[in-house]
Amino acid sequence: MQQRTLPYLLLLPATLFLCVFFIYPFLLVAWQAVSQDGALTLEHFRTMAGHWKFSTAFWNTMLLALAVVPVQLALALFMAALVTRMGAGRDVILYIWTIPLGISDLAAGIIWLAIFEQTGFLNSILSSLGVIDQPVTWLGYQDKATIFLAVVLAELWRATAIVLVILVAGMGLIPKEYYEAAEVFGAGPWKRFVRITLPLLRPSIQTALILRTILAFEVFAVVAALGGTNLPVLMGETYQWQFALQDRHVAAAYALVILAISIAFTLVFLRTLRVPKEAQV
Amino acid sequence: MAEISIRNVAKQFGDFTALHSVDLTVADREFMVLLGASGCGKTTLLRIIAGLETPSQGEVWIGGRRVDHLPPRQRGIAMVFQNYAVFPHLTVFENIAFGLRMQKLPQAEIDRRVTRTAELMHIGQLLKRYSGQLSGGQRQRVAVARALAMEPDVILMDEPLSNLDALLRLEMRAELKGVLAESKTTTIYVTHDQVEAMSLADRIAVMDKGLIVQAERPIEVYRNPAARFVGSFIGNPPMNFLPARKADNGSWRVAGITFKGPKAEREEIAFAIRPEDLSHAESGLPAEVRVVEPLGPHVLVTCDVEGHLFRAVLESDIVLSRGDIVKLAPTPDRIRWFDPETEQSLQVH
Repeated sequence: MQQRTLPYLLLLPATLFLCVFFIYPFLLVAWQAVSQDGALTLEHFRTMAGHWKFSTAFWNTMLLALAVVPVQLALALFMAALVTRMGAGRDVILYIWTIPLGISDLAAGIIWLAIFEQTGFLNSILSSLGVIDQPVTWLGYQDKATIFLAVVLAELWRATAIVLVILVAGMGLIPKEYYEAAEVFGAGPWKRFVRITLPLLRPSIQTALILRTILAFEVFAVVAALGGTNLPVLMGETYQWQFALQDRHVAAAYALVILAISIAFTLVFLRTLRVPKEAQV
Repeated sequence: MAEISIRNVAKQFGDFTALHSVDLTVADREFMVLLGASGCGKTTLLRIIAGLETPSQGEVWIGGRRVDHLPPRQRGIAMVFQNYAVFPHLTVFENIAFGLRMQKLPQAEIDRRVTRTAELMHIGQLLKRYSGQLSGGQRQRVAVARALAMEPDVILMDEPLSNLDALLRLEMRAELKGVLAESKTTTIYVTHDQVEAMSLADRIAVMDKGLIVQAERPIEVYRNPAARFVGSFIGNPPMNFLPARKADNGSWRVAGITFKGPKAEREEIAFAIRPEDLSHAESGLPAEVRVVEPLGPHVLVTCDVEGHLFRAVLESDIVLSRGDIVKLAPTPDRIRWFDPETEQSLQVH
């Protein structure tokens, strides 16, 4: 009897913790989004969707994710392939490349702000090189494109390492013999990457993409630091409605939209990058 | 034409010398087996021929072309790996077709070759399966079919049967021999199993401590070991060795019996005889029986001759028990002699 109940007893603390600090707040938020004074209503979603910033924020978030995640995946694949081939010094390089992971996203935003602001590093360098006569306003309210670009750069710098770490771990699991066989049977380095590494790395790519995409939809601090409210994103709007406009119902509606997008993309990745059971290693 | 020639090849891993200057020529369409205990350098030599390892010195020639600076894919070889290395994400068909697709052969040709080799290896019904759905023996067949489909000049095999169970190994061994004889390729086959080596090889290259000790036809290696190591490694049970003291020029005393032997400037050399070349006789080497093992067709008797372990394979109708003293007479023309220091064979003149 005790043998049977023990696993459940051991699971209990974690379950309680999740219920109290995750499920309960989630239910509260969900309820706030669809209720007004105790009655069900879709009014808050209407308010949200009717606001002029909503579709801008929605598309900005989507475009950011679309610009950042594929580039991160490509970069991380390239970097992981390099690291995997290295002998000595491999760990040192890996540690250096993962340093940005240890920095909070707001700090990362501020670092890039120090580069792009009017008295920042970029202007100092350009003017000392004689390229410009006076400082350029890179992140002004009408420079949506450069703000966007700066956010993309900051995000690439900050969060490519998480994808890298997952892919390096995955590549380490692929037996060397498959590469040797491919090499003997005529595959050059590129073919080996495409025909062996990529397919066998699929589970790791799936994990990395899900994790990175969800985080990309939650992009907030970097955008706030570099663009203030000039580049509205969904998470930024959630914050605005909650604290500036003091309407927690609409903020909750935003939160649910972000959740829905995250779930939708996760399902897409789970489906498209699924490895059939019989083809698993 | 694919003669393989290995010239003065050596390989160091750090301080460890895996191969000392090795020379070996494998004739076109020959089946050469590299035989040796683990760590003798046989796999390293095979991987150097394949191009998966770079030699520290020396040259590798295949079909009259120097290849040691070429990557594996440009050497005109196919290989069967010890763990098969059947790609888990591809079907059996695509596994066999892998090399053909790399050569960009037309689809019709790929279909023809995959079907033909799959039929040859009796896996025609498995073409749509994945590696994870196959047994060890079936995976082995896929690995061989993948190599054969390339129609290569040279096939390299790295202990291809070592992961199979005993019965399957026996079956695959005979099948491999037939298939490879028909395919007309030059084959280099690495194994630590002497029975496999004897049964498959045109020639066996016996390796020890990074050197090729002897490369001859199987029966030659068995009958006339070039070194003491070969005699003790090949044959089950292995060769018996006894010390022989000089009696006078050209004759030697072994356990109280005098034998005609080589003229050597030594006080003591080693006398060697295979267990099956002994017979129970009126006079011979005095042996005290320790263990008697009836094996059906014959009896394996483990004895003690002057404190040395000594085995004899005798007629099955002999009745012996522990502690008996028997006289074992060696067949005269099967006696071999070895130098105790160089361990090389000594010729009787």
